Amino acid sequence: MSTATLYDKVWALHQVAELPSGSTQLFIGLHLIHEVTSPQAFAALKDLGLSVRHPERTVATVDHIVPTTSQARPFADGLAEEMLSTLERNCHENGIHLNGLGSGRQGIVHVMAPELGLTQPGMTVACGDSHTSTHGAFGAIAFGIGTSQVRDVLASQSLTMNKLKVRRIWVDGALQPGVFAKDLVLHIIRTLGVKGGVGYAYEFAGPAIEALSMEERMTLCNMAIEGGARCGYVNPDQTTFDYLKGRPHAPSGDAWDHAVSWWKSLASGADACFDDEVKFDAAVIAPTITWGITPGQGIGVDEAVPTLEQTPEEDRPLAQEAYRYMDLQPGQAIAGLPVDVCFIGSCTNGRLSDLRAAAAVAAGRQVASGIKAFVVPGSEQVAAAAEAEGLDAVFRQAGFEWREPGCSMCLAMNPDRLEGRQISASSSNRNFKGRQGSASGRTLLMSPAMVAAAAIAGRVTDVRSLPPA
Amino acid sequence: MTSTPFPSGAISQVSGRTVVLRGNDIDTDRIIPARFLKCVTFDGLGAQVFADDRSEQNGEHPFDRPEHQGAAVLIVNRNFGCGSSREHAPQALLRWGIRGVVGESFAEIFYGNCLALGIPCLQASSKEIEALQTAAEAAPQSSASISLEPAAIKIDGRNWDLSMAADAKNRLLNGQWDATSQLLQQEQALQDTAARLPYMQGFVASR
Repeated sequence: MSTATLYDKVWALHQVAELPSGSTQLFIGLHLIHEVTSPQAFAALKDLGLSVRHPERTVATVDHIVPTTSQARPFADGLAEEMLSTLERNCHENGIHLNGLGSGRQGIVHVMAPELGLTQPGMTVACGDSHTSTHGAFGAIAFGIGTSQVRDVLASQSLTMNKLKVRRIWVDGALQPGVFAKDLVLHIIRTLGVKGGVGYAYEFAGPAIEALSMEERMTLCNMAIEGGARCGYVNPDQTTFDYLKGRPHAPSGDAWDHAVSWWKSLASGADACFDDEVKFDAAVIAPTITWGITPGQGIGVDEAVPTLEQTPEEDRPLAQEAYRYMDLQPGQAIAGLPVDVCFIGSCTNGRLSDLRAAAAVAAGRQVASGIKAFVVPGSEQVAAAAEAEGLDAVFRQAGFEWREPGCSMCLAMNPDRLEGRQISASSSNRNFKGRQGSASGRTLLMSPAMVAAAAIAGRVTDVRSLPPA
Repeated sequence: MTSTPFPSGAISQVSGRTVVLRGNDIDTDRIIPARFLKCVTFDGLGAQVFADDRSEQNGEHPFDRPEHQGAAVLIVNRNFGCGSSREHAPQALLRWGIRGVVGESFAEIFYGNCLALGIPCLQASSKEIEALQTAAEAAPQSSASISLEPAAIKIDGRNWDLSMAADAKNRLLNGQWDATSQLLQQEQALQDTAARLPYMQGFVASR
């Protein structure tokens, strides 16, 4: 059993009670809500005659269903409009702050909360969205929940939970130029599998992790869930504190000093014990890309689609399903595969540094003919910052569309979606069958720089070998 | 769709015909594609469960086969329900008629969502799941029964031992799977917890 890890310390501090069933009642410090998974929770609360216990600890935004072309109200899609107006009404009736469209603070929930300083080390963070693991980048214990649990948090600011085991993912060395946090996490998932993390929290540590920026740590923790780990985290350090200082919801003055000393006290110490440890070497990781229908079916861009013989026996049925669905042959090189659509954005890779990395590739180059390429900033703040430094112009000049913030084609609950058998190069997080809105659409997950390179070349390309602009 | 009442109170067993859905890592986007999440109630989800897989299989999907209509026991393989946290997935299964799931393993969020709806998820080894899937497929018309204590399933007269985490089992057996009222009973402990968290006081009070 793990001891003296950040997870253990934060868990103990937030433990309300041991319940008769053997589960723990865990206090939730920050509750984030959005339009998709909250309406039924508010309705249930009303049915039970309950009110929101801590409206000031819940923050809302709208992200999944918003169009990224025009965000004028009412939306053309009546169902989307109903979902947003329901959220607006629920927030208004319950005294919950909504960072709505045009507020300057709207964005994908996992982009919005960190950039406003809402997410802080040592908190428990819950949201009705599996990518809540993102917030672990700050040394928070953050996890996705279902709608019944959203109701429970609204009613009691707590949840019934069971403590996870802790696996330390230790990463030595340094990522090579052209290799990003996205490649690192895809590499970890291809190694440990999509169910390898079930029952575990992942603590990401080691020199390569310490060298990551906060935005890179968010990309890493975001995809912990794709490896089966409901939460992933990085211990808070100077990088964390530098990022938080001065943000709207971060403490200031004397409170800042108190906060930093508390946050430091929570990091896993030298005496920490883990239930398991796995080591990686960052230096050997290539730009990594998925070829199949789960995020675990990944390979380096210089590799070929694995053959059945190279695939463990228990994974072979899924590999065969993936060959068929993706229309790929075992042994086929992934580089050179033509793509139709290139999408840069999402809670995984829709932050300013992601857009900068993609813009650096796009600058002075042109999107290949016949390719639909578009960039969706993760939030209104990201959009404004990118526009202030001219990234929108770089993308437009290269032939990318520059859109309004939202979840967009990551999950296609809005007008952005694949059509028919289209294949996308996507900086998002899931390549499941049908994920991007067409029941036969295909997704290749990769870093924003790799998506930009695919857009320029019209096919999967190693961003490190792109000819000079 | 089902006319069976939704789960309520203490749950110690589930019985009904079986439906077997083979395959590892079946994600919640497949159980209920995202376009069906555009709703403010869960009511209509039963008809939409596995919509894309069913349309791809042209009537041959287990959820479309005539012998499985009205089934209540779903038998799956490894890491079922991975991916998105959408409770719409178990809500869709529930509304189609599923009242209990047996599999090699489940994704955690999906498992918790099922528990919150009173749908027990029980486990067995990969080999045993394979064998009981075969047994279920051979007897689609016979009623199977799952018991929670001891954890087991009976299919066509044959009994198979299953496993289930103690806390989930206790909550179902005690009728405490719907957590809200239990959470609200801890008023003093909730206040005490909030009071000892420095961020709840804006980091101003001394600790």
